[in-house]
Amino acid sequence: MTPAETPISYRLTQEQELLRDAVRTLADDRIAPRAAEIDRTAEFPWDIKELLASQDVLGLPFPVEYGGVGGELLTVCLAVEQISRACATSGLILAVQELGALPILLAGTDDQKARWLPDLAAGRTLIAFALTESEAGSDAAAARTRARRDGDDYVIDGAKRFISQGSVADLVTVFAVTDEAAERHARLSCFVVETKSPGFKVERLEHKMGIRGSPTAELSFTKLRVPAGNRIGEEGDGFRIAMRTLDRSRPAIAAQAVGIAQGALEVAARYAAERKQFGKPIGQLQMIAGMLADMDAQTEAARQLLYKACVEIDAGSSQAGRWSAMCKLVAGDTAMRVTTDAVQVLGGYGYIDEFPVERMMRDAKITQLYEGTQQIQRLVIARSLLRRV
Amino acid sequence: MLRIAVLVKPVPDTASGGERLGPDLRLDRQAVPAVVNANDEYALEAALKLVEAHGGEVTLVSMAASAGAETLRKGLAMGAQRGVLVSDPTLAGSCTLSTVRVLAATLREVEFDLLLAGADTSDGGGGVVGPGVAALLGLPYLSYAAKIEPDPEARTVRVRRISPTGFDVIEAPLPALVVCTQALGEPRYPSLKGIMAARTKEVVTKSLADVGVSPDDAGGAVATTKVLDASKPAARAATRVVRDPAPAAAKQLVAFLAERKVV
Repeated sequence: MTPAETPISYRLTQEQELLRDAVRTLADDRIAPRAAEIDRTAEFPWDIKELLASQDVLGLPFPVEYGGVGGELLTVCLAVEQISRACATSGLILAVQELGALPILLAGTDDQKARWLPDLAAGRTLIAFALTESEAGSDAAAARTRARRDGDDYVIDGAKRFISQGSVADLVTVFAVTDEAAERHARLSCFVVETKSPGFKVERLEHKMGIRGSPTAELSFTKLRVPAGNRIGEEGDGFRIAMRTLDRSRPAIAAQAVGIAQGALEVAARYAAERKQFGKPIGQLQMIAGMLADMDAQTEAARQLLYKACVEIDAGSSQAGRWSAMCKLVAGDTAMRVTTDAVQVLGGYGYIDEFPVERMMRDAKITQLYEGTQQIQRLVIARSLLRRV
Repeated sequence: MLRIAVLVKPVPDTASGGERLGPDLRLDRQAVPAVVNANDEYALEAALKLVEAHGGEVTLVSMAASAGAETLRKGLAMGAQRGVLVSDPTLAGSCTLSTVRVLAATLREVEFDLLLAGADTSDGGGGVVGPGVAALLGLPYLSYAAKIEPDPEARTVRVRRISPTGFDVIEAPLPALVVCTQALGEPRYPSLKGIMAARTKEVVTKSLADVGVSPDDAGGAVATTKVLDASKPAARAATRVVRDPAPAAAKQLVAFLAERKVV
């Protein structure tokens, strides 16, 4: 920020507070009571998706002119945080809708936006993001799925793995190699694929430790034809689009992590205030009190870094990659630590499914893994740091 | 096309747990945040469903402290088009009769076919503002509605009224006042777009003079009722709270009831 810029308030705007509180009420009343069942059945919660659509929550990341709410990145993250505080699977519905649509939002033409965004903003369609392959995880540029030009179409062959909501989406943004011979970061192009297209197949769903209601799919493409009009950006732009997407989408995962941590903290604090041992609430025992204090302080620190990152990224910071990597790194690690401690505060009761903290601990783990492992976040941060020396 | 006015009252949020009385033994309305009275939200939901079905618009009408405008925004976010708030320092400590006079005077300047009110409020709980307003305005008064079926063409409204033995079906010409019950259906959550839109909707704030009521006829100074004393309800007998997880808790509950030969 240059000194000439008008300082913006360091607090949330009144509008952001209103939207956050509305989503929190929705999450407390309608989503929290479903969370344990969603986890147990490992079924995608279509009712929650409908709820989020009908209340315009899925419209948050989309511009008003396409029927969205036009929320800033921070507002989207406030919503993901509040939903995830009740149910991480449900929070991911919004995060993935944003993730999948970001390539269109960032690099799509006006025609492409007009074609896809209104249905996505209204929640009539869902979209997933397909970059990862079985042999191309952290090394995304090593993708092998190919897209070959054939007249007015591209023909896509290959497979993608670990695709969140890949089996329930209507559209998938697929990153495929269009030029094998090009340099590493110019090999990929980005396509919007309709999942009803012939040649699109959901091979299988993963059995996961956490976020169990969010289907994670392995997708295959066999001679799948996509009109050239479905290519986002130019040929060879794919890797750049994917990285710009992740710069903006990682904060939503950080928000999911902060929400999970907050949810676990609240359960632990309530339990510590009620559970009596040695004749007094365990929260009055200093070792428990100390754990709760650390959990609260760490969660708040992660939250504030996330909010700051959102504001910086929205303001067009040249260090967007660094901000998004830092907030995801800190929030993911915080969620893992806080949920683990929450289980500890509850003791044996924390380890069984009558209390939600064991679910939260399992859910927290994914935030250290997806949209770039914590190790990748550290690489991004270190590279940015060393560039600036 | 239906023009519906809904009476709404900001009341202390009972969920906050911090309600308290002031030195005058009346509710300290500054102590906790205000929310729309729950029964009024049911009336508003009924109004919104009716205008969705018939076309038209909903106006909120309230008498409250000036901060009430913010509380009305929740109703606007749910879908009401505008709000009218009568707020005047003179009105602090008003009795029910004052409130009825002020609301009736305000409603003379509001165009409506149907006037909806909640059964009572969670703070005062008198349950007579609705019928009082109907009496002053000379409107038909249809109480305890479980179903409201207006016929805008015929200018009538039919109401299924909850009675001690079941239901009565009563009909009246429009305009009419209908007191709503929770049987009409759960209030909706405001959508995010509704919340954004509510920020630019109009809440007209009027003084006592604006609605043409003399301070001799309304307000704390001329209240027809006085709070003489306030006391807490008698404490309940010793309560045992079972906080163990479900199966263990259920066993304790059954044992407790069996001990007393209830089961």
